[in-house]
Amino acid sequence: MSKAPSSKIALVGNPNAGKSSLFNHLTGLNQKVGNFPGVTVEKKSGTTTLLDGSVVEVVDLPGIYSIYPRSLDEKIVSEILLDHHSPNTPDKVVVVADATNLKRGLLLATQVIDMGLPTILVLNMMDLAIKAGISYDFTMLSKKLGIPVVALNARKGDGIDELKKLLATPAEKISKNIFHIWPEAKEAVNELRGSLGVDNDYEAYLFLEQPQSIGFLGKEKIAAVNRIREKHQFFPGKFQGAETIQRYGVIQDLLNSAILKSADDSWKSYSTKIDRILTHKVWGYLIFFSILLVVFQSIFAWAEAPMDFIDQTFGQIASYLTNVLPAGPLTSLLTDGVIPGIGGIVIFVPQIAILFAFISILEESGYMARVVFLMDKIMRKFGLNGKSVVPLMSGVACAIPAIMATRTIDNWKERIITIMVTPLMSCSARLPIFAILIALIVPEQTVLGVFNLQGLAFMGLYLLGFVAAIMSAYIMKLLIRVQERSYLIMELPTYRIPKWSNVGYTIVEKTKAFVLEAGKIILAISIILWGLGNYGPGDVMENAESVVRDQSSNLRLTEQAFQDRVAAYKLENSYAGIIGKTIEPVIKPLGYDWKIGIALLTSFAAREVFVSTITTIYSIGSVPEDEAITIKDRLAQEVNPDTGGPRYTPAVGISLLVFYTFAMQCMSTLAIVYRETRGWKWPAIQLLYMTVLAYVSAFAVFQFMS
Amino acid sequence: MKPGEVAIVAGFTDEQLSVKLMEMGCLPGAAVRFNFAAPFGDPICISVSGYELSLRLEEAATISILN
Repeated sequence: MSKAPSSKIALVGNPNAGKSSLFNHLTGLNQKVGNFPGVTVEKKSGTTTLLDGSVVEVVDLPGIYSIYPRSLDEKIVSEILLDHHSPNTPDKVVVVADATNLKRGLLLATQVIDMGLPTILVLNMMDLAIKAGISYDFTMLSKKLGIPVVALNARKGDGIDELKKLLATPAEKISKNIFHIWPEAKEAVNELRGSLGVDNDYEAYLFLEQPQSIGFLGKEKIAAVNRIREKHQFFPGKFQGAETIQRYGVIQDLLNSAILKSADDSWKSYSTKIDRILTHKVWGYLIFFSILLVVFQSIFAWAEAPMDFIDQTFGQIASYLTNVLPAGPLTSLLTDGVIPGIGGIVIFVPQIAILFAFISILEESGYMARVVFLMDKIMRKFGLNGKSVVPLMSGVACAIPAIMATRTIDNWKERIITIMVTPLMSCSARLPIFAILIALIVPEQTVLGVFNLQGLAFMGLYLLGFVAAIMSAYIMKLLIRVQERSYLIMELPTYRIPKWSNVGYTIVEKTKAFVLEAGKIILAISIILWGLGNYGPGDVMENAESVVRDQSSNLRLTEQAFQDRVAAYKLENSYAGIIGKTIEPVIKPLGYDWKIGIALLTSFAAREVFVSTITTIYSIGSVPEDEAITIKDRLAQEVNPDTGGPRYTPAVGISLLVFYTFAMQCMSTLAIVYRETRGWKWPAIQLLYMTVLAYVSAFAVFQFMS
Repeated sequence: MKPGEVAIVAGFTDEQLSVKLMEMGCLPGAAVRFNFAAPFGDPICISVSGYELSLRLEEAATISILN
């Protein structure tokens, strides 16, 4: 089982060619998601056992149409295939092509062949090709390309054994050239091969064509490449169009002799019929919004039970350990810092899993491309892209996977704007705060016969977040100036029934990414906040019990109520409490006092911490025997010493709701934005603009209402 | 062009986009069919070399056609 992989296989292919189905089929659950060194591009790799028992590593590279990269994801493919002397260099490249339409897949295949690494061509979706009436002369195809060709159906697994047999055979370098480099470029290529010792012409040619993909060469060699490029006046991209035309010419000849029977498009006429409904000007939007509604409904309805279960389980673990372990700072760190911290991460797993189940089904079926198609015009008005829909949708569950989903947007400006506004979508961490505050200030009554007023308030907040996101995007569109063109040349794949195992793998992969990526940060922040909340200057903490005993000696408190008071006293005098009091003048115009200040501070790690802080600070931590005093009742009783009236007036409540809708109260999101934009500039701007927006709006609401 | 019409790609007026379009199979000499447009008239869906592509009107405008 733990045999070291004997060789490395890279999977390359067009998007929609079924590359991930093949990857999932080969590797099963032996997959892991990491990063390519130095970049944020996800690296999916796994191992597979060949028929002779040897284990090989399989790396799934991002889907591309040609070896000329346009986005970060695509660049990694040309880098890996161009660098023939690194530990990442694949021993074999498997090009996955769609057998129902081989022409475009062959463009990429011929480029890979010319780069000189041992290559195998897989004709995937052979079942559909047969259905479409296509038949190929595989021997001819293989002979003309100079590489082995396998017919496969990755969804069912037909042909996998044959591929595995080929993978087990020793790798042979190919010396065939399909593309002939222009005489004008030949001189530069020869000089480069002479000075750097590059393996073959096309590789050297690409060094000259793609200055952005040769970072692995090191400064000195890059300088040499640049010198040669300049000397021969070789402009990157100069011959790219001509190369594509030449390749397609060769491919057409090749297909003329290798296709025995060609397809007629009638097999996919059902797809056209579906499109007529799904992209209809009325039905199209109606169906899309109904799907959205179902997705959100499910996220909240189905996730509730598992979330409650996780919440209780972690609570039980913490209280069990509190009883079992000796009291002390380490136990406190474990039960009040680490375990609730991990719980705070795991609790989002159900929602994220459900969300990605839906997204993956919509993507697998081909519907997502239609959503992009439907929404592009509208989104573009606001500086976004049709492809921004998925991140914004995901943002309702959690901004972290949503921001990771922006990688599919190849235009830099549109991607940045999407990243910047996604956290304004009301994520599930805001829910507990909304729930408690709405219960407090919005009366439970029915309006217009059917609508629950509290439900309407919820919906209003989601809408508010969405409108803020769209408006901010519009403003950023005007502010960010770049000379990069935006385009939307995208394939609309034929509709298919989703492959359920692929959906399953996506769920596992995304959930794992969330737990590991966001988890680290949430956990770290939880521990820091635990420290701030449990330690204070001098000996206040040690004296807490006696001070509270003095204060409440004539109150005849139960032991439990006494302990709760001690906890509240400790929090008040801890570093967190001191910071809360320090910032009170700043938040007073919004209607908040230092107690809310502490909650604002502690909820910076994750918004939902607001609720647990509030519970501690009003010492309602544990009063199970006194059911009458719930958090809501306790908050309603809280008196504002300045006015003598209740602290949580509707004005304060709404001000808080607005604040939490807009504020960037999430360290993990900032950390992900840092990773995705590779710098502190964008997360800093994001933190600033969202905080200002939250502050100003909450201020306006409070001042207007009181 | 109107939905349902077929034409032949003659060339491109934008070099940068042409490379991308050609990679996707939209080659000079290939037949394109305008399938349908999105609800607000933009983007549009075309068929070329056996694929369905969506592109924005301004991108489609860089393709010159022969009728």
